[in-house]
Amino acid sequence: MFEAFIARLQQGHRTMRYPDGPAPELPDRFVGRPVLDKSGCRECGECADACPVGALTVVDGGPQLDTGACLFCRQCELACTHGGVHFTKEHRLAGARREDLIVKPGPATIAKAYSEEIHKRFGRSLKLRQVSAGGCNACEADSNVLNTLAWDLGRFGVQFVASPRHADALLITGPVTENMLLGLKKTYEAVPAPKFVIAVGACAIAGGPYRGHAECHDGASGTLKVDLFIPGCPPHPLTILDGILRVLGKVEE
Amino acid sequence: MTAVARTIRVRNAVAFQVKDCPVLGEREFHDEVVSTVRNGAWIAALYGEGQPDGSVKLFAVLADDAAHELAITSTVVRDKYPSLTAELPQAQAFERDIAEVWRIRPVGHPWLKPLRFQAARTDAPDILTPVERKIGQSPFFSMLGEEIHEVAVGPVHAGVIEPGHFRFQCHGETVHHLEISLGYQHRGVTKALVGGPNKRTQHYIETLAGDTSVGHALAYAQASEGLSRGEVPGRAVRIRQIALELERLACHTGDLGALSGDVGFQPTDAFCGRLRGDVLNLTALICGNRFGRGLLRPGGTRHDLDEARIRKVLDVLDAYAKDVRQAVDLLQSTASVLARFESVGVISKELATEIGLVGPAARASGLTRDVRADFPTGAHLVRPYVPVTATTGDVAARAKVRALEIEKSLDLVRRELQAPWRDGLTWLEPGGLRPHEMIVSLTEAWRGAVCHVARTEATGHFACYQVVDPSVHNWFGLACALREQAISDFPLCNKSFNLSYCGHDL
Repeated sequence: MFEAFIARLQQGHRTMRYPDGPAPELPDRFVGRPVLDKSGCRECGECADACPVGALTVVDGGPQLDTGACLFCRQCELACTHGGVHFTKEHRLAGARREDLIVKPGPATIAKAYSEEIHKRFGRSLKLRQVSAGGCNACEADSNVLNTLAWDLGRFGVQFVASPRHADALLITGPVTENMLLGLKKTYEAVPAPKFVIAVGACAIAGGPYRGHAECHDGASGTLKVDLFIPGCPPHPLTILDGILRVLGKVEE
Repeated sequence: MTAVARTIRVRNAVAFQVKDCPVLGEREFHDEVVSTVRNGAWIAALYGEGQPDGSVKLFAVLADDAAHELAITSTVVRDKYPSLTAELPQAQAFERDIAEVWRIRPVGHPWLKPLRFQAARTDAPDILTPVERKIGQSPFFSMLGEEIHEVAVGPVHAGVIEPGHFRFQCHGETVHHLEISLGYQHRGVTKALVGGPNKRTQHYIETLAGDTSVGHALAYAQASEGLSRGEVPGRAVRIRQIALELERLACHTGDLGALSGDVGFQPTDAFCGRLRGDVLNLTALICGNRFGRGLLRPGGTRHDLDEARIRKVLDVLDAYAKDVRQAVDLLQSTASVLARFESVGVISKELATEIGLVGPAARASGLTRDVRADFPTGAHLVRPYVPVTATTGDVAARAKVRALEIEKSLDLVRRELQAPWRDGLTWLEPGGLRPHEMIVSLTEAWRGAVCHVARTEATGHFACYQVVDPSVHNWFGLACALREQAISDFPLCNKSFNLSYCGHDL
C-alpha cells in the first residue's frame, strides 16, 4: 500500500494542461495539414500519380488534396518539383462537412467543426461508443489513449462507454468491411436518439488504403450520416481530441 | 544414388528459385510436414496458390528453430487432400483458409469452417454451404447437457477494441470450450498485394496490423531486399532495429498496464498508460508518426537520426526506464495482483509446442522460440540474441516475460543508440525484384513471429504474397487457455495474449 503511494508521488501529476495551457509539442517531423501553392504548377500530374489513394488531383491549374482520403505519406510533396505541396505541423484537421476537408491552393485555413445542435445537446456530457469496422488498431489505439491520465478525456465530460445503449454518438474507425457492416448498423440502431456519428481516420472517412476494395465500403458515409470527420492515418490523439472539443464548442474554432 | 530432397532448406530472408522447391506427391507432402514438425519445427505458413489448370499448389513453410533453417515443400492438389490438422493441431487455421479460398477439402479436418469469411478465388464447386460461409451464422461447436449454457460475446465488445466473436460453452461458471470466430476485419489485403509492389504496397503492409507497423514493414523490406539482392546501409539497419524494439517497448508497457487494470489495480494501469505514450512519442520523434508509419522502406529507412535526436531518445528512455521499473515492480509485488495472475489460463509447454504458439505467449510456456535468436537478421547476426522465458505458462508468466523483455529491449535500443555512428546514407534504391523467385521473411514483432512469403512472376511482380501475423497462431492458444477456467477470467486471459484481429483477418 505504501509502495503505491510512494510510486504515485514519484510518477507525479502527468495530465497535460491543454486546452487551458499549451498543447503538447509535436515532433518536428510530424505531418499535419497541407498547404498548396499553384503558382509554379505546370499541371504535370506527378503529384497525383504519386498518391497511393487518389486523394490528390490537379484541378483548375493547381493541386487539390482531399485530406479525408489522405494517408499523410508525403509522396505528393516529394514528387512535386516546384514545392506546390507542403505539409505543415498543423494538427487541427477535423471538419464537420466532408467537402471542407478538401484543401485548395491558397492560405491555410482550418475546417469548421462546431455544431450548435451538438453543443446544445451534448456540450456538458458526451458518451461515445467506439466501433472498429476494419480498422488496423492504430486509430483505435490513438482514440483509446485519450482515456489515459496524460490526456484525461473525462475532464471534458466525454467518456467511452461499453454499451451503445448508454451512448450519444458512435466513433467509427476502419473502412467498414462487408463482414462488419451488419454489426455497425445494429450498433447504430442501438444508440438512442438524438445521436451523431464521428468518423476517425482515412479508412472511416474514405476507405484509406482499402479504397475501392470489394471487401470494404470506402468508409462510414455510405452507411450512416457522418457529423464529424477526423482525418489522419492514424490521426494524432491531439487531432482527435481537438475534433471532439471543437464539435462540442469546448475550444474556439 | 542420392535421395531426392523432400524440402528446400533456406535461411531467413534469402531468396531461392521457385523451381528448386520440391513438388511432392499428396501423401509424401503430408508425411514430410508431419515428420518435420514432430522433429521440432513449427508451421510458419501453409497456403495455396491457384494454378492455371484449376489445380492448387500447397506450400508449407516449416521453421526449424534448432537448425536456424526454413524447410519449404509443396504439393499439387485438385479438390481434396489428407488433412494435417488431425495430426498437427497447429495446422487448423491454415487449412481452414485454404478450404474457404480454394475450395479444397482437407479430409479429416475435425472442425472445418471458414477462418476469415472471405470470398473464394476459384470457380471450383464449393465444399462449404452458403450458411457455413456466412459470418455470424456458420455453426458453432456446441455442447449438450441439462445445465450447459452458451455465452455469445461480440463482434462489438465493451472496450475500444477490434471486433470478433467469442462463443463459450459453460457449465455454471466453468468454460469447457471457447470458440473464437473472426473475419469481421477482413479487408482483402492478401489478394490486393498480388501484382505489387506498387504505390499502395507499403500502406497495405503498414496496416496489416497497425500496432505492428514496424514488425510487418521490416518483414516486407527484408523480403524485397532479398528478392532484389538489395543492400541496406548500416545506419538503416540500426534505425530499423531501434524502431522494432521501441514498438515492443510501447506495446509490452501498454499490455502490463492493461493487465493491471483488468484486475482492478489502478496504479500500474495509470502509470503504464502514460509510459506507453512516451515511447510512442519517441517513434514519432524519429519519423513523425507514433506507429512508425513511413519509417521503413525496402532499401533502408526514410529518416535518419541526428546527434540531438539520439540524445533526446536516450534521455527519455532513462526517465522511462526508472518509471516503468517502478510500475512493474509494484505490479509484481502486490499480493492481490499475483493471486489473480497465477495459475490462470495455463498453457503447458507440451500444448504450446503442439499448437505452434509464438512470441511472448510461447516463451511464457517455456519455449525459447524467438526469431531474433533462431532466424537472426540485421544486428542479431553479429550479436546473438538470448531469449527470455518463464515456465508456468499462466497469466503471471505472460506478464513476467513482457517485463523481462522490456529490460532486454531497453538494452538493445540503448546499445544501438550509443555505439558510434558512421556517416552515410540510410537508403539505397533497390533494384527490381528478380523473376520466378521465392522468399520467406521472418521478424520477431512484439506479439511474436511475423512471416511473409513472396513469390515473383516473370516480370518481377508478386504472383503471391502471403502474410502470417503471430495472432494466427496464438488465437487458438487463447481458446485453449480458457478451458476449465471461470468465464470471469476471460478478459484477463485475453489481455495476457492481446492478439490482433486485423492481422488475423487481413
